[in-house]
Amino acid sequence: MSLALPPDAPAAAGLADPVLIVDHLTMRFGGLTAVGDVSFQVGRGNITALIGPNGAGKTTVFNCITGFYKPTEGMIRLRRADGETHLLERLPGHDVNRVARVARTFQNIRLFPQMTVLENLLVAMHKPLMRASGFSLAGILGLPHYRREEEAAIARAAAWIARIGLTHRADEPAGDLPYGDQRRLEIARAMCTDPVLLCLDEPAAGLNPRESADLNTLLRLIRDEFGTSVLLIEHDMSVVMQISDRIVVLDYGRKIADGTPDQIRADTRVIAAYLGVDDEEVAAVEAEVGLTGTEASGVSA
Amino acid sequence: MEFFAQQFINGLTLGSIYGLIALGYTMVFGIIGMVNFAHGDVFMLSSFIALIFFLILTSWLGLTSVALVFLIVLVVAMLLTALWGWAIERVAYRALRGSFRLAPLISAIGVSIFLSNFVQVVQGARNKPLPPLVRDVIVLYQNEQYTVTLSYKQANIMATTAALLAGFWYLVQRTPFGRAQRACEQDRRMAALLGINVDRTISLTFVLGAALAAVAGLLYLLYYGVVSFSDGFVPGVKAFTAAVLGGIGSLPGAVLGGLIIGLIETFWSAYFSIEYKDVAAFLILIVVLIFKPSGILGRPEVEKV
Repeated sequence: MSLALPPDAPAAAGLADPVLIVDHLTMRFGGLTAVGDVSFQVGRGNITALIGPNGAGKTTVFNCITGFYKPTEGMIRLRRADGETHLLERLPGHDVNRVARVARTFQNIRLFPQMTVLENLLVAMHKPLMRASGFSLAGILGLPHYRREEEAAIARAAAWIARIGLTHRADEPAGDLPYGDQRRLEIARAMCTDPVLLCLDEPAAGLNPRESADLNTLLRLIRDEFGTSVLLIEHDMSVVMQISDRIVVLDYGRKIADGTPDQIRADTRVIAAYLGVDDEEVAAVEAEVGLTGTEASGVSA
Repeated sequence: MEFFAQQFINGLTLGSIYGLIALGYTMVFGIIGMVNFAHGDVFMLSSFIALIFFLILTSWLGLTSVALVFLIVLVVAMLLTALWGWAIERVAYRALRGSFRLAPLISAIGVSIFLSNFVQVVQGARNKPLPPLVRDVIVLYQNEQYTVTLSYKQANIMATTAALLAGFWYLVQRTPFGRAQRACEQDRRMAALLGINVDRTISLTFVLGAALAAVAGLLYLLYYGVVSFSDGFVPGVKAFTAAVLGGIGSLPGAVLGGLIIGLIETFWSAYFSIEYKDVAAFLILIVVLIFKPSGILGRPEVEKV
């Protein structure tokens, strides 16, 4: 299989059971092409990392997936396990989560700072609770059916709070938590929407090594115990290489590589992109990182 | 002392009506940070709706049970006014969401002028009276010179305000809809990404605000027995003042602010001069805002570092 696809023919890798299929995605802002003809897939139950130098178009891809931008061209499909497919770019904002069940976090933390830790998670269970509360009527009257539903929601939230180790601070405003805790709370909140696909934008940014290790544990738990597929943007290579099943590399809005961590680590185009060298200098870089000519040609073709 | 007690009761009644209107201002401000200047006129409109249905039920249909008439008028006025609230949001505010901050404000002033002129054209410019339905009073204290009374109407107004404040506080703090409201208030885009229908939440907030205005309008009509097309403006401004005084965005603050304004106004007209009652009310507002700009119960804006 060719790994480093030429930029003019970025055919999708064609996974057996993809949860997200991005097809020929292009996003232009005026004359600027932020993302140009990018295709990739996210396997069900995998952790897929989207990496690339600053300005490579990673967040733009995320914004297209989660309905913030309407793509100029291309198609983004979400496939459920039962084969049901949603066209994400056609859904209105809140339905990306409500109907297609895609959740995301942001580079900068966007918790509801004045709500408590518990309430932040309960907001994410808005849809089932709203229905159970009969659009608040049963909630005000305190009907037993709603009470049960609410208790179940609180139990679920409490389980997540325990998983991220915040039980002792559950009733404090989320804005008062330390940075690393806020990051994990954001992921827990996204998980409370019961997502099929979880998109994380730089979850390890600003974390110290210990917090970063906690994050790895949490992401593995999400994949292994909940079977949720994860797509993450990350600059911290220790996180990316340790937990990703697959890695997609963008540079200047185009996909330059797609493969397993080992394949990506050995990919000369990726190395070149990260070191910021011209294509002609790739051979020099290969020599620098200790790749022999034969190995390199095997992957970069 | 007896005089003071009577004025206190009158002040609380007036304050309760201001508080009810202020709840509508504060809820809408809380969720989209916009002052709905048309709220006072929605209140006036609901008074007219209540008046029309009172007359239909009592004069045409000949219903005599006051409690039954009151309940029917309450439900009908709330429903119709809520419909107006929904329509106003849909037509005048939704299209301007995401536009610059002043646009919906100007639009709200436009709606306010439209509503008062609409009512003036449809209903005429003269005061419309409602024959008094309830005259009963509870005598609280009596001596040779003076009687302190609490009328049924006054008791009804205070009890309704207290009940609605409790109900709405519970709605906002404890129900999924209230959580959605607070989420939209803090970060609308993130709320949408968690599956909350932001447009619907905002629409419902306007509908609830209008329903609250309808209750206030009905009580106002019963209390004063007369309404005119221009009655939306002054109570509206006073209620807005009350919301700011109590801390805009805070439900208990709105009622507290309303009570304070109502009491100041009543006492000032009782002990000093009735002409200067508005001056006194707004003077207190200025003083409070100088020393506590976020209002009495408002959260201070914390500067993020």
